Amino acid sequence: MIYLQLLWVFVKIGVLGFGGGYAMLSLIQHEVVDHYAWMSTTDFADMVAISQMTPGPISINLATYVGYTTAGFGGSLLASFALCLPSIIMVYLILRLFMSKRNNALMDNTLKGLKPAIAGLIFAAGLSMMNLQNFPDFGRGQYNISVIICVLAFVASYFFKANPILLIVLSGVVGFFAY
Amino acid sequence: MKKPLQLFYTFFKIGAFTLGGGYAMLSMVEKAVVDQKKWIPNDEFWDMIAVVQSLPGVFAVNTALYVGHRVAGAKGAFAAMLGAIIPSITIILLLATVFREYRDQPVVERIFKGIRPCVVALILAPSLRMIKSAKVTWKTAIIPIATVLLIWWCKISPAYVILAAIAGSLIYALIIRHKTQDAGGNPPVPLSRGSRPTSCVSKSKSQKEKEAES
Repeated sequence: MIYLQLLWVFVKIGVLGFGGGYAMLSLIQHEVVDHYAWMSTTDFADMVAISQMTPGPISINLATYVGYTTAGFGGSLLASFALCLPSIIMVYLILRLFMSKRNNALMDNTLKGLKPAIAGLIFAAGLSMMNLQNFPDFGRGQYNISVIICVLAFVASYFFKANPILLIVLSGVVGFFAY
Repeated sequence: MKKPLQLFYTFFKIGAFTLGGGYAMLSMVEKAVVDQKKWIPNDEFWDMIAVVQSLPGVFAVNTALYVGHRVAGAKGAFAAMLGAIIPSITIILLLATVFREYRDQPVVERIFKGIRPCVVALILAPSLRMIKSAKVTWKTAIIPIATVLLIWWCKISPAYVILAAIAGSLIYALIIRHKTQDAGGNPPVPLSRGSRPTSCVSKSKSQKEKEAES
């Protein structure tokens, strides 16, 4: 049963995963934390950090990790292959049917229209991870270290395009000394 | 070495050593496939990348499937895809087993307590950058705001929201295509039509100027 659920979840994400790794991350977050409740929001945040720091596509890393924690080794292989399955079919069809420039322009414009909605989707995932599990010291004591880390990391990432791996390592160091 | 094996090796190297996902990987693929192996001519490669980019799913996997299929058919596609994902799967499985052992250690817990708020920031920042690059105006800001509220507030599954957004943008794209076709389709008529509005504009302008003077 868990295998079927994993298959369904990741095939669905493979079909609807427009807009890159973070868009897929948001879809995975909704399915595994909100919908199926396979893990807590802190577990998911830890997985995202580890997936971000390891080489390879973040969505494949996440799929492997989610599959492993929910259904062991078999689950990890199943989840990653399920994520690739729609791609296999689509790339094959496109190479077979020959995609004309005219249709490509249509696809391009559709994607442009889709972009604001995907941005909203990713933002919603970030919002739903803003909770007391991930910010345990919020509202307690004078200094909210978690809030400070979040704001500084946001500024560094948004305005200065800081390397995400560097930011994760730095906030890990801060956490080590602060808590 | 046979081509599928070469493809596997090429994408395995890329999968094992590129941090930062899809777009960081692209220049490495280009270097290996276009410059060194000369499997695909440069312009064809970038034409197809433009198509592959518009597909859903993992960009690195889509690229591997396309290059593999183009170079060595179905076997090549499969070999390239495996090469792209096997490093990820192996490394994550190793880390996951190690992390499971040590995650309850106080030191690890402290480190991850610091990391979690950073992860939240790392998810929020690209979404705002995306809004900026999509040139969202005050008028179109309703789209991302509605998406956030539907998913976060109303708890509607993102799958439905994406499907609705795809339908909406497809209709929009079809309208754009229709309009551009009308403009380019029959040149003589728009030309004669076009001259009229400009004269109207100049008239109304001069009228306004007169009104301003009086």
